[in-house]
Amino acid sequence: MTDIIALTAAQAAAAVERGELDRRELFEAYRDRAAADELNAYLWVADEPPSANGGPLSGVPVAVKDLFCTEGVPSQAGSRILEGYRPPYTATVVRRLAQAGAPLLGKTNQDEFAMGSSNENSAYGPALNPWDRTRVPGGSSGGSAAAVAAGSAPWALGTDTGGSIRQPAALCGIVGLKPTYGAVSRFGMIAFASSLDQAGPLTRDVTDSALIFRHMVGHDDRDATSVAFPEEVVLPTAQRLDGIRLGLPDDLTGEGVEPGVMERFEATLAIARDLGASVERVSLPHADYGLSAYYVLAPAEASSNLARYDGVRYGLRREADDLLTMYTKTRHDGFGAEVKRRVLIGTYALSSGYYDAYYGRAQRVRTLIAEDFKAAFQRVDFVVTPTSPGVAFELGAKTGDPLAMYLNDYFTVPMPLAGIPAISIPCGLSEGLPVGFQLSSPAFSENRLLDAAYALEQAIGFDNSPARAAAGA
Amino acid sequence: MIDREQVLHVARLARLELSDGEVTKISGELSNILEHIEKIGELDLDGVPPTTHVVEVPNALRSDVPRPCLPPEVALAQAPDVADGGFRVPSPTA
Repeated sequence: MTDIIALTAAQAAAAVERGELDRRELFEAYRDRAAADELNAYLWVADEPPSANGGPLSGVPVAVKDLFCTEGVPSQAGSRILEGYRPPYTATVVRRLAQAGAPLLGKTNQDEFAMGSSNENSAYGPALNPWDRTRVPGGSSGGSAAAVAAGSAPWALGTDTGGSIRQPAALCGIVGLKPTYGAVSRFGMIAFASSLDQAGPLTRDVTDSALIFRHMVGHDDRDATSVAFPEEVVLPTAQRLDGIRLGLPDDLTGEGVEPGVMERFEATLAIARDLGASVERVSLPHADYGLSAYYVLAPAEASSNLARYDGVRYGLRREADDLLTMYTKTRHDGFGAEVKRRVLIGTYALSSGYYDAYYGRAQRVRTLIAEDFKAAFQRVDFVVTPTSPGVAFELGAKTGDPLAMYLNDYFTVPMPLAGIPAISIPCGLSEGLPVGFQLSSPAFSENRLLDAAYALEQAIGFDNSPARAAAGA
Repeated sequence: MIDREQVLHVARLARLELSDGEVTKISGELSNILEHIEKIGELDLDGVPPTTHVVEVPNALRSDVPRPCLPPEVALAQAPDVADGGFRVPSPTA
């Protein structure tokens, strides 16, 4: 038998269908690796696969970010306040994948309530980057990215609010897709910022991304913001980019971006031209305000969503003689520093006298950013940027400066503000660490996005194995 | 700039106890973050409508028919304290 772990998810599924690989053997190979994980990528690992796992995904197991509710299985969103919480129901997207034949492999580490860009805000300790264990895997879906990159999961689910799928995918050398808002049901996803949160896959390659995404989409009666995906999600096949126009934001000059990242980004543009694409400048005049608008809207929604953690119905409770003190002590002890910061920013931005200046203005800026993208997509097919301004940074490098940490999200926040899809694919190494190339496109155009990403991926030929890179170094 | 009193006011609204050390640290951090956020004050936003929902969807309606929900014992199973089929909490006016 070939090395099971070396197979992509699509290859493993095909091997199962040909009768060359047993579903149980496949599950156990990954279960053993996940259980032996040294990157703190997992917070919980399944013992046994569920008995029925037929379906088109052929038993290829999936690692799931901790914040997806999974019935009877710890679902803590990386927070102390939900320690030991075992939900009585399963998130729609996890249930859909199980029905399609992808059983739950484990729950992955994350920044607490998905707030963070390094996984260092997890109450259960940071996940580590398999390319260099002294560095962060990115966040907030850091455990999912580390698990896929290290080969302890064939593929994984994450969530993206301001970059939480794409940035860790970039920092770990894998593919991360943030779908159009509404494409995937949010039912059973522990909420951070409801108008921005979207579930998506972290995978070894673009084909795997399309394959799993196909089984994630669809309207759900239990999420009124979900919509039926307008077409079938197809596996990508493009070899060329003839006639494709890539838009380069005119304020992307390299300032604020590590030189090695910019170099890989420009080399990828050259590859795109070789494949037949043209590259032109586009104006996104309000993108520069994206980060400011995001850091009003997301904390504001979070402060409302996190009001439910009060020590009454589930999770942590600190005993006190009166109700108000019980609430305030429970929340003091249950929330980590970043969550407290965001709850306070959000409460401030929504408070009487400040609402119009902060929340009201940020919602209007959001409109301008969405209009910028609409105008850009009149001229180009995709807007492209580096995914992250830098490669994976060292643990602790930015924990003392919340604002420096937020600047990691500069290139990834505008898309969720506009509700549009975006994908990060690995485009090479800088200083021995992976660099991500981001493409974004109009709402519900994931098929075209995946196709273009696939053509680029084939031409880039990135080797996504940290072990092979270390052996060759 | 956000001072200690404002931090404590917002923390009260958020039902969040903060230690003295946290108040000092957070008022500095929030001031830095708010300074960055205030960039959106530069823009002329007259006549720009707010976005509350990014994807145009019609109002999501469904028939109002009863369907099964969680049994009470399941809904209560994770609670820190239960009594008489409900969630028990300390008195609001101890």
